[in-house]
Amino acid sequence: MSKLLDLQFLAGHAHYLLFIVLMMTGLFIVVDKTNLVKKIVGLNIFQVSVFMFYVSIGKVKGGTAPIFPMDDKYHVDTAAMAGQVYSNPLPHVLILTAIVVGIATTSLGLALIVRIRESFDTIDEEDILAIEQDMTREDNKKHGNAMGGLA
Amino acid sequence: MIYHHLILRVVTKVLVGTIVLFALYVQFHGDFSPGGGFQAGVIMAVAFIIYGIVFGLRNVKRVFPEWLVHKLLALGVLIYAGTGIYSMFMGYDFLDYDALSPAYPTIGQHWGLLIIEFGVGVTVTGVMVAIYYAFAGRPPSISNEDW
Amino acid sequence: MIDTVTNIILLSMLVITALAIVRMDRLFAVVMLSGVFSLLSALLFVTLDAVDVAFTEAAVGAGISTVLLLSTIALTKPVEKRARHTALVPFIVVCVTGAALVYGTLDMPAFGDPNAPALTHVGPEYLARTPVDIDVPNAVTAILGSYRGFDTLGEAAVVFTAGIGVLLLLSGLRRRREDEEEDQA
Repeated sequence: MSKLLDLQFLAGHAHYLLFIVLMMTGLFIVVDKTNLVKKIVGLNIFQVSVFMFYVSIGKVKGGTAPIFPMDDKYHVDTAAMAGQVYSNPLPHVLILTAIVVGIATTSLGLALIVRIRESFDTIDEEDILAIEQDMTREDNKKHGNAMGGLA
Repeated sequence: MIYHHLILRVVTKVLVGTIVLFALYVQFHGDFSPGGGFQAGVIMAVAFIIYGIVFGLRNVKRVFPEWLVHKLLALGVLIYAGTGIYSMFMGYDFLDYDALSPAYPTIGQHWGLLIIEFGVGVTVTGVMVAIYYAFAGRPPSISNEDW
Repeated sequence: MIDTVTNIILLSMLVITALAIVRMDRLFAVVMLSGVFSLLSALLFVTLDAVDVAFTEAAVGAGISTVLLLSTIALTKPVEKRARHTALVPFIVVCVTGAALVYGTLDMPAFGDPNAPALTHVGPEYLARTPVDIDVPNAVTAILGSYRGFDTLGEAAVVFTAGIGVLLLLSGLRRRREDEEEDQA
């Protein structure tokens, strides 16, 4: 932990610390807030900060975006590439697809929220829990003995 | 449908064509500049979504009918997987695009990238528009004043 | 140096936006702020050299995601209820997780270090082979489509499956059939 007091070290790791602060803000929304739409927004914040963390690993100091120069016959100009440093394109590829998959799964979650609203008439987690407890109590009153004990 | 917002309706009419054109540029220029099937699919879907928001769901469904969206969903993945199966039939590995032009492998790679990016773009467009239709097709539960 | 300053400023703005999202209870404002968050993160992706990712994030996060969240609010409720529990336990959980993650980063190489393990294995090989094998200027497209075509096929299938899932949950195909059965009965 004494490393955290070293200025040189801190300059190289400040990004990571801020990414973690962002991630934890997202996690806090997911854990603390009871509104389901807000939970999804929090999940998105968490997701995007993980993406930024992942992409930052591929960054090279003094590097540029991994798009090569072209010559006039539309081939890659390998001569012009010499001496140029490029950032690692592999994290970009993985995150690029992850963003689109992320929005597709997010929309699945939102669709589930819409169905929950139609069944329970609320999207608040604590309300849903209370309604479900009431339902269980009703069931126990009606069928508890026939089922051989309380549910 | 928003009847009273004249400016929105005129601007949307101009924008939709431009957005579609930009989506096609991003789709087919993805080998040379930032872009590709995923981005182009999303941008293409945005064109239809903005049209649906301003002119109403019924009108956008006349332009891009729901059955067509549902077919496109699957068609994109089929184009992608079909490229792989074609290369297998030609005696190469699955998704080895050298099979598309055995004499000039780099040209085969270019064709392969173009085709599979097109497949990805078709699927993403279909999915995004289908999701928008599914959400917008339900009766809203809150009135305009509640926002 | 200027890179680092830009990054830190952008990250601070992201943190402020995220904290504002925590505080807001009007969901319309929350959705708009999450759009702002996406655009800021797209800017950060540009400074991290990930132009393709920035492009996707700007189109998806600020465009589609905002539309979908707004349509969900239109179908549900516009205001968040105050939680009945205290925020203490979630706060402790978050602090402990954060401390564990910070401990994990202590062993990581510094930001942008060219000798980091992540930059010395397969990445440079892709960069060196793309001009020869594929001859496409955009290395990201080359890896996405050719070297890692299997991954992308899988991702396209996941997007397709999620779309089918949303259609099953929301499109009302099932309800129509129930209505028909009622008509017959």
